[in-house]
Amino acid sequence: MNPAAFYPTSTDVLRFLPELILTIGGVVLLVLEALTGDHKDKSSLGYVSIGVVLAAMFAVPVALANPGVSFNGMIISDGFAAFFRMVTLLVGLFTLLCSTSYLSREKSNSGEFYLLVLFSLAGQGIMASSNELIMVFLGLEIASISSYVLAGFLREDKRGTEAALKYFLLGSFATAFFLYGISWIYGVTGATNLSAIRDALAKGTEAPSMVVAAAALMLVGLAFKVSAAPFQVWAPDVYQGAPAPISGFLSAGPKAAAFAIFIRIFQTSFDSLSSRYEPILWVLALATMFVGNFSALWQSNVKRMLGYSSIAHAGYVLVAVTTHSNVGTAGAMFYLASYALMNYGAFAAITHIAGRGEKHVSIDDLKGLASKQPVLAALLTVCLLSLTGVPLTVGFFGKFYIFKAAIDHHLYWLSALGLLNSAVAAYYYLRVISAMYMYEPKTTEHPEPVPAGIQLTMWCSAAGILTLGVFPGLVLDYANRFATFVK
Amino acid sequence: MNILAILLILPLLGFVAALVLPASVTKRFVLWFSLLIFGVSLLLIGTVQMRPAAMSWVTDTAWIDTPAIRFHIGLDATSLWLVILTTFLIPVAAYISQRTILHRPKEFFAYLLLLEFGLIGVFSSLDLFLYYVFWEVVLVPMYFLIGVWGGPNRIYAATKFFVYTMAGSMLMLVAILFIYTKAGTFDLPAILLQMEMGKIGFSQSEELALFLAFFLAFAVKVPIFPLHTWLPDAYAEAPTGATLLMAAVLSKMGTYSLLRFNLNLFPRASHDCAPWIVTLAIIGIVYGALIALVQPNMKRLVAYSSISHLGFVVLGIFSGNQFGLDGAVYQMLCHAISTGALFILIGYLEERNKSLEIVDFGGIATPAPNFAAVFLVATLASIGLPLLNNFVGEFLILQGAAQANIWWAAFAALGVVLSACYMLWFYQRTFFGEAKVQMADLAPREWITITPLLVLMLWMGIFTQTWLPGISASNKVLLDRTMSKTVAMEVTK
Repeated sequence: MNPAAFYPTSTDVLRFLPELILTIGGVVLLVLEALTGDHKDKSSLGYVSIGVVLAAMFAVPVALANPGVSFNGMIISDGFAAFFRMVTLLVGLFTLLCSTSYLSREKSNSGEFYLLVLFSLAGQGIMASSNELIMVFLGLEIASISSYVLAGFLREDKRGTEAALKYFLLGSFATAFFLYGISWIYGVTGATNLSAIRDALAKGTEAPSMVVAAAALMLVGLAFKVSAAPFQVWAPDVYQGAPAPISGFLSAGPKAAAFAIFIRIFQTSFDSLSSRYEPILWVLALATMFVGNFSALWQSNVKRMLGYSSIAHAGYVLVAVTTHSNVGTAGAMFYLASYALMNYGAFAAITHIAGRGEKHVSIDDLKGLASKQPVLAALLTVCLLSLTGVPLTVGFFGKFYIFKAAIDHHLYWLSALGLLNSAVAAYYYLRVISAMYMYEPKTTEHPEPVPAGIQLTMWCSAAGILTLGVFPGLVLDYANRFATFVK
Repeated sequence: MNILAILLILPLLGFVAALVLPASVTKRFVLWFSLLIFGVSLLLIGTVQMRPAAMSWVTDTAWIDTPAIRFHIGLDATSLWLVILTTFLIPVAAYISQRTILHRPKEFFAYLLLLEFGLIGVFSSLDLFLYYVFWEVVLVPMYFLIGVWGGPNRIYAATKFFVYTMAGSMLMLVAILFIYTKAGTFDLPAILLQMEMGKIGFSQSEELALFLAFFLAFAVKVPIFPLHTWLPDAYAEAPTGATLLMAAVLSKMGTYSLLRFNLNLFPRASHDCAPWIVTLAIIGIVYGALIALVQPNMKRLVAYSSISHLGFVVLGIFSGNQFGLDGAVYQMLCHAISTGALFILIGYLEERNKSLEIVDFGGIATPAPNFAAVFLVATLASIGLPLLNNFVGEFLILQGAAQANIWWAAFAALGVVLSACYMLWFYQRTFFGEAKVQMADLAPREWITITPLLVLMLWMGIFTQTWLPGISASNKVLLDRTMSKTVAMEVTK
């Protein structure tokens, strides 16, 4: 082949622009970090990173305006990728907004934190836009390794270190499964490109059982990443132990990206196997909802409770994935976007309420919050009601679209059990709300003012929740349009 | 612009305004604003009364494109009176709470308006999805009203109320989605039209499953025995204003929806299940009355009596004839007025003596004769004395039940007898005998609240012509439609 074909063209670059900006921004931050010296206030670096993320967000429509594959089919820029890039970047933006004040409070403000977030976002962007398995693996690793470090960023904190170690060990284990699956599928089909694999499988292979095994291995790896039961055990520990803004980041961003590749791989490469994995996904979805919701019932630690609830929400998204349809994909996309809003809003509030050293994270610590900080309590309530799925919030429409897709595909039992699950979920979200509104405050201490970044995050998420709760079409139209990616 | 649409938006605007306004004026603002809403709602009556069976004040615009969800609201005579009941009782609740709600008053009064928004929406929605949205919206303010301002066991009661109702409505959501996959629309009149033209039909087992999914949600809300266990907790723990609204209006959400959705959408299943449901209703009537007989707590006593009265309404709905349906709708309104009055008066007793236990009272008639007289009227209305409102409703229901099956009427009549026992015994223990407490008579502000209710009790007991013809006409349309359906089924069998 002509070597010139390997040089990236300018269109190739444009299709990859968001990740490029994030990576270059991360490197620049690294240099800036070195230049600012040791004892300077590092929160200015946080502002730079926010700028980088905003720039990457503006680059997403640019990439979308140049649809197609780049770098010889490694990366694909389509609406599906753009949607998930936007979701992960939004989560990243919220994380950075909440982190500057958090890191100053914990006295660990340093530039590495911000660049790790940026690199993790770049990895998630690659996951969302990868068109072949090696790229998926690279994206997964870039995103995960940055996340492992972020989870244990507070070195002094034993919990955080434990979380990071668990996350790292189990995460690498999952990645190994995934990689093993890739090698099998390469052995059978001789391809790593998603559509090439599909074409090879459509022609028929000599070893169909090998294909099934490969798909199963990849499913296990991905199920780990999206914290589906029975591969969810790491999630509550990690979300509880990691710094609060990072818990929010991990439970929304990488999960959305993992779902993106989940959907892309299974609807493109393994399309022909859909009737075989549907019952497996059915069980997986139901188990995930049950484990998440029923474990969350007993938690007294809010972070841990939100960790379990994030497992349950992954279960709802799996219901949509089970349908193996465009409507289901659109439902999953919409849900992940709405989950990013409502979940991060909740974690932002917890970030502030936890106080120095994250000492105040039990439900008891929230008692009487409504009389001390009514605005914060009201915004958190909006997020929690949305997580519960009360109408006129985006969480309701998210569930509605998912279960509508499920019923369109005759998954009546799964829908009925899933929706009853969300009534169970109402109980533990209400516990938090009732602690805030229906008890007297434990202490008379004057509350600390809410930092501007956290306030901004919460107002944004609450406004988003309520706006999309009345006009879901603003995002759903995109989801519907982009769910029909090239398969 | 359409008055009904304005009426629906006003409470929401008021809610936002109440949150923004300074705390010192919220109480007054909500009272006057809700009176304004009541005034606006009265403007609806004329048009509806002219064509009571058809939908008036219809607004029908697209809300969400995919799936096609319409903002479709409208009123017939039945829903009209329930909307007016809501707009009438919200200012009453706001007025009686002016002095009793001292803790965080701003939010309390704001939630009243949010509740009104949800209730008006429930009674006027003609799109299944829109209806479901309002149905759930009602939960949130009520949860806070019970949980923040209720009695000692309030958090348990509030959570139980929320989780029970939500669990019930989840299956309804599944059913609504299933109907959509068949009909391609959430619009109730459009679905009914398609059913009439035979474009969509459900198999017998499908119809039964759908019927039960809707029924369960409404049965929790009414509540129908054995799904009633949340009610005594919620009614007893809630502050008086909220109890009034729960007993008078929220329970009607369930019965109204049974009438509007179950009977309309699933005529065959309604017909087939009627004996079972009626049995449950009769058990509820007798069971509620028997428990009320032995209740030491006044609020719980009236709560259990509500289970009994609401059993009558369900009996009327499922007796499946004109008398039964008319009686059921009429009894919904009557029960709201008489039970509402009882809860208000019990609230006054609680304010005076800081207790709800019957043993702490006695001989009130001596120091407070006017109070005793007013209470007696409410008591007699609740028992169903002729010339007072409940008599009309219960009479029509029993007549309808007798027409369907004489045994139903015979057993249900037991409830009437028992209601006389527990209410009169309650009255005797509280108002007669040795005076245990000194008690002030009715104050002017209390007269202001209770007088309209007393007037309504008499008016509804004597001049039924104001209400019944319209209600009858709208029920007749329903009966004609469902009867033709069930008869057609019988023939094809």
